[in-house]
Amino acid sequence: MESKVKLRIFCTGVGGQGTLLATRILGEAALLAGYSAQVSETHGMAQRGGVVESTVILGDLASPIISLGEADIVLGFEILETFRSLNRCHPGTLVVTNTATVLPYPVAIGKATYPPVDRMLELLAQQVGRLIALDGVALAQQAGSALAVNMVILGALAASRRLPFPEGTVTAAIRTQTPAKHLDANLRAFALGQEAAG
Amino acid sequence: MHPLRTGTPGERRLLLGNEAIVRGALEAGVALATTYPGTPASEIGDRFYLIARESELSFEYSTNEKVALEVAAGAAASGLRALCSMKHVGVNVAADTLMTLAYSGVKAGLVLISADDPSLFSSQNEQDNRYYAKLSGLPMLEPVSPQEAKEMTVAAFELSEALELPVILRTTTRVNHSRGVVTLGEITPPRRPGRFVKNPFRLVMVPAVARQAHAILLAQQAQAAARAEASPFNRQEGDGPWGIVTSGVSYNYVKDAVGELGIDDQVSLLKLGFTHPLPVELITQFLQGREKVLVVEELEPYLEEALRALAQSRGLNVPIQGKAPELFSRLYEYHPSLVRRTIARHFGVDHTPAEPLDPAVVLGSPLPERPPNLCPGCPHRATYYAVKIALQDLGVEGIFPTDIGCYTLGLLPPLSMADYLLCMGSSISTASGIARATGQKVIAFIGDSTFFHSGLPGLVNAVHNRHDILVIILDNGTTAMTGHQPHPGVKPPPPGYEGVHLDIEAVVRALGVEAVQVVQPLQYAKTLEAVKAAVSARGCRVLISRAPCILYVQRLSGRKKTTVFQVDSACRDCRQCVDYFGCPALHPPLTGEGGPMVIDADQCAACGFCAQWCPKQAIKAVKRA
Repeated sequence: MESKVKLRIFCTGVGGQGTLLATRILGEAALLAGYSAQVSETHGMAQRGGVVESTVILGDLASPIISLGEADIVLGFEILETFRSLNRCHPGTLVVTNTATVLPYPVAIGKATYPPVDRMLELLAQQVGRLIALDGVALAQQAGSALAVNMVILGALAASRRLPFPEGTVTAAIRTQTPAKHLDANLRAFALGQEAAG
Repeated sequence: MHPLRTGTPGERRLLLGNEAIVRGALEAGVALATTYPGTPASEIGDRFYLIARESELSFEYSTNEKVALEVAAGAAASGLRALCSMKHVGVNVAADTLMTLAYSGVKAGLVLISADDPSLFSSQNEQDNRYYAKLSGLPMLEPVSPQEAKEMTVAAFELSEALELPVILRTTTRVNHSRGVVTLGEITPPRRPGRFVKNPFRLVMVPAVARQAHAILLAQQAQAAARAEASPFNRQEGDGPWGIVTSGVSYNYVKDAVGELGIDDQVSLLKLGFTHPLPVELITQFLQGREKVLVVEELEPYLEEALRALAQSRGLNVPIQGKAPELFSRLYEYHPSLVRRTIARHFGVDHTPAEPLDPAVVLGSPLPERPPNLCPGCPHRATYYAVKIALQDLGVEGIFPTDIGCYTLGLLPPLSMADYLLCMGSSISTASGIARATGQKVIAFIGDSTFFHSGLPGLVNAVHNRHDILVIILDNGTTAMTGHQPHPGVKPPPPGYEGVHLDIEAVVRALGVEAVQVVQPLQYAKTLEAVKAAVSARGCRVLISRAPCILYVQRLSGRKKTTVFQVDSACRDCRQCVDYFGCPALHPPLTGEGGPMVIDADQCAACGFCAQWCPKQAIKAVKRA
């Protein structure tokens, strides 16, 4: 059963959004469920405003990274970075994205234009298998922690049924990988993400 | 207890490659570990640091990689198992030590981790350190995964002691910074204390001794070669006519490609993990059974050239290829679809690679870039700004040899304060060369950790050989870029850190520099004046620009900011801040309608620097809501 699973999840965002924690939780969840897992990370640019990319590879795959056009799932924590990751997508890709924007510095100083969010969402929906777009920041705030955007995204991903293990495995990983004092807010954010994904 | 010291043998955990190396070292009973921070190796030292605080392990952040290796060598010569970790260019710094350490050998196991960086994610080159094994004659292991990294670390210590030679464990970023499932083994307590036993005519490398030692090294290499033949890290998988030889992370791409192309039966894969000396008998047997052979290795044709030479010497004329315009490049890292399509093309397998989408084409216009930047409140930005304005006011052009650290980000506009960079410590000495050659105004920028690492000889040289340069030491009290590790000038020290503090100003004066001044870069007016005076003077001058790294202070104190700065209606849109300063928290209003510049309250670090020179004094502090 395990050897039939091959899932490539690409995660992108900017510093401070907790992308590396999200992929780590997915990796730990996979381990709990008995799957082989690899998680790759880029380090160092998070605090300095750059892009933070990570991958989770589940099942019978040896490569720790994902080539262009080969991500089965893209988790985007910032909408421009999600759109930039279109080059990782193929027609069957599931994209789960936060719709929030974090302006890159060239845009902030008027040297570049941030593409309209609606236009990016429209194009994403046309190009990939399925798009789940949600206002992760609003949902996280509703859950009681503006920092829990990553939990919202994980909840939406769990609700999509694309993971080879149930939501309980993901929440079990959240319990072991995050501090106890944030657990309630994290689990609420996760639940709100599930709801929002429909 | 630190998580890497816990767990039961047989337990499976998701560990970073670097963590797996640390766990492997603990399982092998490592007694002493040294490092100089460098991506992608940094987490090895950082984990050892925490573990040493609660166990018998000795650990230090050494001043540079040469020192780190020498400290480890001294311990290994005295019977203590030692591990020394560094990034690939760090081995260049330690190379003098490494080359002759191969001659003197070791008593207890010594493992050197060389963490290479194909695609230069955070390095100034992508040199292929496998050649260090060839150059030094030392045994080398290359893991394909975190699990293998742990196994190889344990094996490396055993191998090192059996041969009485240091062993190189060579990794790449994708192994160091990937998490994979690792099965834990049993931790062995370190053997302590060590004891140095005199043996000068084996250990003091004067020519007469070294001549014997070289012959001994060759004999040790023959033993190592025998072990390579029997090593479980080298193995043949499959027995088809199409041969693929691979090592390191590329092995994973090959495995996936062969499976996805459905050619398991046609392919015979030779996975090499003990890659110096190479297992020549195993390789010969492998070559004998193949129609053609493809070598899949990132960067240089290290394996390919060895295989070609071996084939020639054994009279085998099987075609062996690897680097070629239509096959593999010497540039950058590989990835699954690249390896898949190259294998397909080389062996004539039907395969149509899918065309990935281009988001710019889909959108109809290029996407904005998101370049990294110095943090809001970074004192380096303040220093660069003062130098920029000082030179502008004086009507002088500056040439800026720079160095390696967060401050290298000063290369980017609008600061644009970097003109030449080679390697750690090169700022001061290349500045000397440029100044002597041209007579132009040369200002070298170097960080505090970099200064201790390799700036001292350059500064001594500048004093002694009378170079006309201004050296600006950017002293933020920490080794910031790699994760805020301490160094001899660390300020404030991390909690419980016992390293003796060295004051950079005292060091600079002791090296004979007379023109020394210390400024606080966030005090603009005084800094500007000091820079102007230093620029206008002649001779070897040092300006120490000292203020703490804003992230480091926040990390240690955890205190929230109580003020924030805002721009009021006095702003006349002169753009001085945006065009010359470039703080990420400060930008024009996003509505595009004109009006005062905007400071993002979440990003503003409340350093107060911009408020000091805004031409309209339009920037003021307010209490945070």
